[in-house]
Amino acid sequence: MPPPPNLDLSRRGVLATGAATAAVAAAPAGAAQGKPAMTADPAPLPVSLEVNGKVRDLSPDARTTLLDALREHLHLTGTKKGCDHGQCGACTVLVNGVRINSCLTLAVMHQGDKVTTIEGLGAPDALHPMQAAFIRHDGYQCGYCTPGQICSAVATLDEIKRGVPSHVSASLTDKPRATNLEMRERMSGNICRCGAYSNIAEAMAEIAGDAG
Amino acid sequence: MKAFTYERAASAPDAAARAASTPGAKFIAGGTNLLDLMKLEIETPGHLIDVNGLGFDRIEKTDDGGLRIGALVSNTDLAADMTVRRHYGVLSRALLAGASGQLRNKATTAGNLLQRTRCPYFYDTNQPCNKRTPGAGCAAIGGVARQLAVIGTSDACIATHPSDMAVAMRALDATVETITPRGETRAIPIADFHRLPGETPHIETALAAGELITAVTLPKPVGGRHVYEKVRDRASYAFALVSVAAIVHKNGAGRVAVGGVAHKPWRSEAAEAQLPDGARAVASRLLADARPAPDNAFKIPLVERTLAAILDETRAA
Ligand SMILES: Cc1cc2nc3c(=O)[nH]c(=O)nc-3n(C[C@H](O)[C@H](O)[C@H](O)COP(=O)(O)OP(=O)(O)OC[C@H]3O[C@@H](n4cnc5c(N)ncnc54)[C@H](O)[C@@H]3O)c2cc1C
Ligand code: SF4
Ligand code: FES
Ligand code: FES
Repeated sequence: MPPPPNLDLSRRGVLATGAATAAVAAAPAGAAQGKPAMTADPAPLPVSLEVNGKVRDLSPDARTTLLDALREHLHLTGTKKGCDHGQCGACTVLVNGVRINSCLTLAVMHQGDKVTTIEGLGAPDALHPMQAAFIRHDGYQCGYCTPGQICSAVATLDEIKRGVPSHVSASLTDKPRATNLEMRERMSGNICRCGAYSNIAEAMAEIAGDAG
Repeated sequence: MKAFTYERAASAPDAAARAASTPGAKFIAGGTNLLDLMKLEIETPGHLIDVNGLGFDRIEKTDDGGLRIGALVSNTDLAADMTVRRHYGVLSRALLAGASGQLRNKATTAGNLLQRTRCPYFYDTNQPCNKRTPGAGCAAIGGVARQLAVIGTSDACIATHPSDMAVAMRALDATVETITPRGETRAIPIADFHRLPGETPHIETALAAGELITAVTLPKPVGGRHVYEKVRDRASYAFALVSVAAIVHKNGAGRVAVGGVAHKPWRSEAAEAQLPDGARAVASRLLADARPAPDNAFKIPLVERTLAAILDETRAA
C-alpha cells in the first residue's frame, strides 16, 4: 500500500476509528445475543481452521487476509502474494476443495474451513502428480506464480470432472472436456510473468489424460 | 486497511437491524469487491457483518415456475446449476464471462449486483471523484473515458456498472428480494434496482441503509435462444467494453440488455420491439440519447455490431 499522504491526519483517523469501534463493541445488541466473534480492534479474533490436515488456532487482527494468515502467522510461505487484489492468482489455495484467491478473503471468515496450500498438496519426496508434471514439462521459469498455478490446475481439472461449464464450452449442457482451449480459459485467473503458459497447459493435459 | 470490528450475523432480520443501527457498518459476503476497496481505503467500514452463515445459498423453484436464487449462491454454483443452464442460459453465459474461476467461486449473487464501478478515477484516490467524495468533482469528465459510460450520464459522473451478471438479470426481468432493518420484506424489480448517477452518484441502488438482499428471483422461463456476447481488451479475465445479453425467439422477437455503456444495465422495450428490423434499428433506438466522449464513441457502433453478430448466430442456428 502507498504511504498515507498526510500522516497526522491518517493517525487521527485511526484513533477515531478505534474510539468508534470500542463504542460498538460495548453496545448491548451484539453481546446480548452472544455473537460468536465480535471485538474491538486491535483485540485479536479467535479463529480455528484446518490447514493441510492440521487444526490451527489463530488470533489474527480482523484485517488479516487468509493469505497473510498462511504466510505470516503459519509460515506457510509457499502461497505467494503477487498483486494482493485478485488480479494475478499467485495466492490461489483450495478452501473446502474449491480454489479461491486467498488475498481477497479474511482469515476470520474461515472458521472451521479446510484449507489446502501447495505444501499440503505434496512434499518434495512425495510430489502431487500435478507438481511432478509441472517439473516434467518445465511449467515455470522463476517459479513465483507456480504454487498458485498448481493449486489452480488441480482445481480446474476437478471442475471439469464435476461438469462445471466455462466461457468457451460450446454447449452449456454437455459435459465439458479437458481440451487445451478449456484449460486456457479456466486458468486465465493465474498470470505468469515468465510466460510458461503453454508448458503449464501441457502438464495439465498429461494429468487430465491420466485421469480420463 | 482501516481498522474495523467484525461479527458473524445471527439471522437476516438481526443483520439488517444491526447494519442500520451501527455507524459505518457494511455487510461482507464473498469479500472480493469490498476487501479490494478496503485495502485501497476507498471503502472504510468501521464494522463488518459477515452474512455467510445465513443459509441463503440455495437455488429453488418458485410456485409460479420461476427460480429463487439465494443471495449467497456463488457465481460458479449459479452458472453451473442445471436449471439455469437449460432455461436461463444467458445468465450462465454472463457469469462465465466474468472475472476468473477463483473469483467466481467466492463472488456471490448479491455482492455481484452491488459491486462498485471500475472507473479508473474512482480507484485513484489522488483524483477528485463524486462517487468517493460527494461534491469533489469528477476527474473522468474530460479525462480518459475509454471504458466509461455513453448514455444515462450526468454532469456529476460518467461511470459504468461493471457487472456481467446484472446485464443478464435485466434481460430476464429478475426481482431483488430484501429484508429491511424493520424486518419487512421488499421486492425490487431489477429495472429499478440500480440508479442513474444524476446529482448523487454515490447513491447507486434503491436499497435503504442496512437493507439486506436475501434472494434474486427469476420469472418462469421465456424460451428462445440465449446469448451473452462480451467484447473486451483480452479474451478472458477482463471487464467488458461492451456486452450484449440477448434472448431471441424463432419469430425474430426478443429481448436485449446492454452492459458497459451506462451506470446500470441498459434496456429499452421500445428498442427491442424493433428486433425483427435488425441490429441497426434496435441499437439506434436504444442509444438515441447517447452522449459519448471522443474516446468512447466507439461503443455505439460496437453495440450495433455485437448485436448484429448475435442475430446472425441465432438465425444460423
Ligand atoms: C480482478 C477482478 C476481475 C473481475 N472481473 C469481473 C468481470 O469481468 N465481470 C464482473 O461482472 N465482475 C468482475 N469482478 C467483480 C466480481 O464479480 C465482484 O467482486 C463480486 O461479484 C462481488 O461479490 P462478493 O460476494 O465478493 O461481494 P462483497 O465484496 O462481499 O460485497 C460487495 C458489496 O455488496 C454488499 N453486499 C454483499 N452481500 C450483500 C447482501 N446480501 N445484501 C446487501 N448488501 C450486500 C457489501 O456490503 C459490499 O458493499 C472482478 C473482480 C476482480 C477482483
Ligand atoms: S465518472 Fe463517476 S466514478 Fe468516475 S471519477 Fe467521475 S464521479 Fe468518480
Ligand atoms: S495476490 Fe491474490 S490474486 Fe494476486
Ligand atoms: S514462472 Fe515466473 S511468473 Fe510464472
